[in-house]
Amino acid sequence: MIRKPMTLTLALLVWAGATAADEFAPKDIQRWQDEFMTVVTEGRRLWTSPEIGSNGVACAQCHPNAANTHPETYPKFQKQLGKVIAQWQMINWCIRNPLEAQPLAADDPRMTALQTYIAYERRGVKLEPGKH
Amino acid sequence: MRETTTRRDFLKGAGTLMALGTLPVSLVRLAFAGAREDFTFGYISDAHIQQIRGNSFVRNWDRGLARAVAEANLLNPAPDFIVFGGDLAQLGSKPELDHGAEILAALKPKVHHVMGEHDYYLDLGDYWEKLFGPHYYSFDHKGVHFVVLNSILTHDDWTYKRWPTAEQRMLEMAGLDNPNGSPFMVGEKQRQWLKDDLAKVKKDTPVVVFSHSPIQKIYKGWNFWTEDAEQVQALLKPFRKVTVLYGHVHQIQYNQIGNISFQSVMATAWPWPYPQSYAQAESHLPVLTVPINRADPFFDRDATGWQFVNVWTGNIDIHYTLYNNQSRAVRFNKKTGRPEDSVFQAIDQRLPPQAHY
Repeated sequence: MIRKPMTLTLALLVWAGATAADEFAPKDIQRWQDEFMTVVTEGRRLWTSPEIGSNGVACAQCHPNAANTHPETYPKFQKQLGKVIAQWQMINWCIRNPLEAQPLAADDPRMTALQTYIAYERRGVKLEPGKH
Repeated sequence: MRETTTRRDFLKGAGTLMALGTLPVSLVRLAFAGAREDFTFGYISDAHIQQIRGNSFVRNWDRGLARAVAEANLLNPAPDFIVFGGDLAQLGSKPELDHGAEILAALKPKVHHVMGEHDYYLDLGDYWEKLFGPHYYSFDHKGVHFVVLNSILTHDDWTYKRWPTAEQRMLEMAGLDNPNGSPFMVGEKQRQWLKDDLAKVKKDTPVVVFSHSPIQKIYKGWNFWTEDAEQVQALLKPFRKVTVLYGHVHQIQYNQIGNISFQSVMATAWPWPYPQSYAQAESHLPVLTVPINRADPFFDRDATGWQFVNVWTGNIDIHYTLYNNQSRAVRFNKKTGRPEDSVFQAIDQRLPPQAHY
């Protein structure tokens, strides 16, 4: 029962790998966009919700539309920490301090969602890593 | 006339204040009426007292307001009164308003209150009114006509019909960037009241208006905006000297529209980004405004602060003294007829941290 579809899948993969790795259809593009926007939406929900913090404070209280978060400038030297950091480390600083809560793991899906929302609100702005 | 003496006395007072440190209140001195009637008032705004549960409140915002109150009580000379510019509470609840009122109760001078949207949209200002009085009113003080507007009203459909519960209505309006919100307005009824109120005032009497939202249009998405701003401005137009002081924006803004000078006051809670830092929308920060230096989030009170305002002969000189942030002075320039920063107004005089992105 299980073996048959697996064989079929393997066969398809071999075929795809051999002949059409770079082919994708409009429905694939749509899927990538939908998957991305699902995480953007979840990030926006977390951004405006008290559930990341312990004291009712939400990210959006100080950062409406994720403004003043400068994702295009990370990684950068964060003078207050004395080292170069990626944006998730600054997000965790905010979670620890104004939100008075435990930091998230770098690969926590909620951290991914927060960063995805920030990047989405900043779309179109050119990358400037290191800019203060 | 008496400007020389009063100004010197005033500056002496200002020096004392600077020495006291940074006070998150606005001290306003009105000197145009002659030495005998000179007076000052303080301005504290946007405390956003936020309940966690029971007797537990967000410490950061509590400390901002408590510090402002403690320092306002040190002002010398003592101000004739204090204005609280609105958004005392975060979600308009009794515990938040009570807790905020308790902190404010330590103020020695009389306090005049302005309604903010965070105070209003739970019970439409009922409890706030019990604590602080009418939603809009006017008073005269030593030759100046003061008007307090409730500028955070909106369409009746949004207020009365759209939301299943009062709690949800409050939450929807509390989110600054929430697309389900609704533009602020003074409204027809209150504009009629203002018209009648101003009809009794001589045209050469200085008029000072307190509102929570700017009575000008800067960025609609965050309600740095009043929908009927032009109609309110038209009612103020016949007066020679008019100043509008407003909160809500948690940042330095100033502007001149015709005869009306606009000044914002700082929050005691937290600073907000300038709207141009939101890359997906157009905003209209007054071109005159040189922004406050960028805030350092590692200092709780940075980019919150106070303004020290003179209204010499009805025009204003404003001194911004800010925690962990560059102090500023913006003075009315009689030649150009507008407020200008005393140091940073020219493009080539600006500092790197005044560029926001």
